[in-house]
Amino acid sequence: MGKVLRAIPVLLGALVMLFPFAWTVVTSLTPDGALLVSPPDFTPEGAGLDAYRRLLEAMPFWRIVFNSAWLAVASTVLQLVTSSMAAYAFARLPFPGRNALFAVYLATLMVPMQVLVVPLFLEMRAFNLVDTYFAVLAPTVASAFGVFLLRQAIAQVPREFDEAAVLDGAGHPRVFAFVILPLIRPALATFAIFGFIASWNAYLWPLVIIRSPEFMTIPLGLASLHGQFTTEWNVVMAGSVVSVVPILILYLFAQKHVIASVAQSGLK
Amino acid sequence: MTGAKTAEVSANPTGKAASSAPAHARPRAVGPRRSRLRYAGTVALFLLPSAIPLTLFTLIPMAGSLWTSLHEWNLITPMRWVGLDNYVELLGEDRTLAAFGHTLYFIAGYLPLVYAGGFGLALLLNRAMRGRNVLRAIYFLPVVTSWVVVALMWKWLLNPASGVVNWLIGLVGLEGPGWWTDPNWAMPSIILASAWKDLGFVMIILLAGLQAIPQEYRDAARVDGATGFKSFRYITLPLLSPSTFFVVVISLINGFQVFDQVHVMTGGGPAGATTVVVEQIYDLTFRYGRAGAASALSWLLFAVILIVTLIQIRAQRRWVNYG
Repeated sequence: MGKVLRAIPVLLGALVMLFPFAWTVVTSLTPDGALLVSPPDFTPEGAGLDAYRRLLEAMPFWRIVFNSAWLAVASTVLQLVTSSMAAYAFARLPFPGRNALFAVYLATLMVPMQVLVVPLFLEMRAFNLVDTYFAVLAPTVASAFGVFLLRQAIAQVPREFDEAAVLDGAGHPRVFAFVILPLIRPALATFAIFGFIASWNAYLWPLVIIRSPEFMTIPLGLASLHGQFTTEWNVVMAGSVVSVVPILILYLFAQKHVIASVAQSGLK
Repeated sequence: MTGAKTAEVSANPTGKAASSAPAHARPRAVGPRRSRLRYAGTVALFLLPSAIPLTLFTLIPMAGSLWTSLHEWNLITPMRWVGLDNYVELLGEDRTLAAFGHTLYFIAGYLPLVYAGGFGLALLLNRAMRGRNVLRAIYFLPVVTSWVVVALMWKWLLNPASGVVNWLIGLVGLEGPGWWTDPNWAMPSIILASAWKDLGFVMIILLAGLQAIPQEYRDAARVDGATGFKSFRYITLPLLSPSTFFVVVISLINGFQVFDQVHVMTGGGPAGATTVVVEQIYDLTFRYGRAGAASALSWLLFAVILIVTLIQIRAQRRWVNYG
């Protein structure tokens, strides 16, 4: 009895979570005529892929999907490389001023993107980099959050592992690449997932720095689509479907790991 | 996502680990000058790939932002030094107060909603239940979806004339409001969409917190005669307080920085009813050409977030139980 009572709100809630996604798909298949009607038409006549066709005509959509994908991959890979290297230095290479430098890294975490947007835009403009891939990517190649996260992970690796490698004559680059990195794979995966999602969904900075459609990322493309097709919700929803599907597939594969990483972040 | 803030919050309890490198790792640093140089080169090799971009794209812009905030500048003609005038002016402008007011309105609606909902769900899902993992995955789905998509979905669902939500409201015989087209209902629309998106995040954090509470504690309480509400009040709540603290700190930071969903759903309208602080920063720069004022406002926002977060870290001693 209690079990059933508990299940009802949970299932209702799940319905509330899923319905907007389902409705997005239905709307994307709805022809113009059945769009702005009341009551809403759940099984529209003449349903089809027309909105998707118009979506592809309205903007270089595949180019935009490609932009988002390669920028997210590049940003994730670069962050992994730069952050894990710095994390190694902070965990394993003593040098004067190390703690002070680490404090500076941590301090940059406190500064919200909103503070940086205007000067960053001006800096890019001064170097004629507005509306380029470089400008979107550059501010995301290093992540103080990643340095922090990975340094914690490296600190937990017993020192005997590195020392054994050093005795075998390995220098720091080799210890880092062949001993430490394989041992902190779970932390690297966590950070990669966070980084990919953050880049895929980023809006404010690309909005400020990108003007032309061929450099747009998906969130930007969708927002501008919404500006163009204010009443043609089927086209906008078609764009939403296309943009959600890749992250959805990634999520389905990594779901357990994503949730476990987020859960972990609240436990310290 | 919420990643960056994660570290900000957890930096405190674990920060002491920074100095824990044992001294025996030092010998590499001494020795002949040549090997010392080599060692310095190694350190630089590991640090520069992150230090250079952080300097160029975070530290320099930070300094630039402070510098800009002391000038009047429309992005075109040369800067003019005005000292603290931007800050003084902003503090006297009704629009600034309104922007902070709208932001607080957002937080006041969003935080209780997302916390109560997330907590309720976490409690319900904490017991063994068939399909629990599937349900967890469903609730988390909006968290990985981009803000722009979520905002567009909800703008469509909350369409006053032909949206599903107003149709449902009509089914029970009431007339739905104008949602994002109505100045009185625009902020509630944004709050609703935001709570829907973040519910799963809060739930996951609190669920992890609940599951970290050892069952023996509850068993012991039961032996002492505490069950149901008493056990909840004196065992669950105190032991869940670190997770609650984390959720509140993160949600407040995110709340103060709210922008994406606002920009997409209302663009700050109608009639300026949802112009939150970051929207105002955006407008000041790109609509009104007041880059100096925009920079000053972003520092004011940063100061507010910093103060609020520090107050919470201070206050946590009184209510957060780290066992």
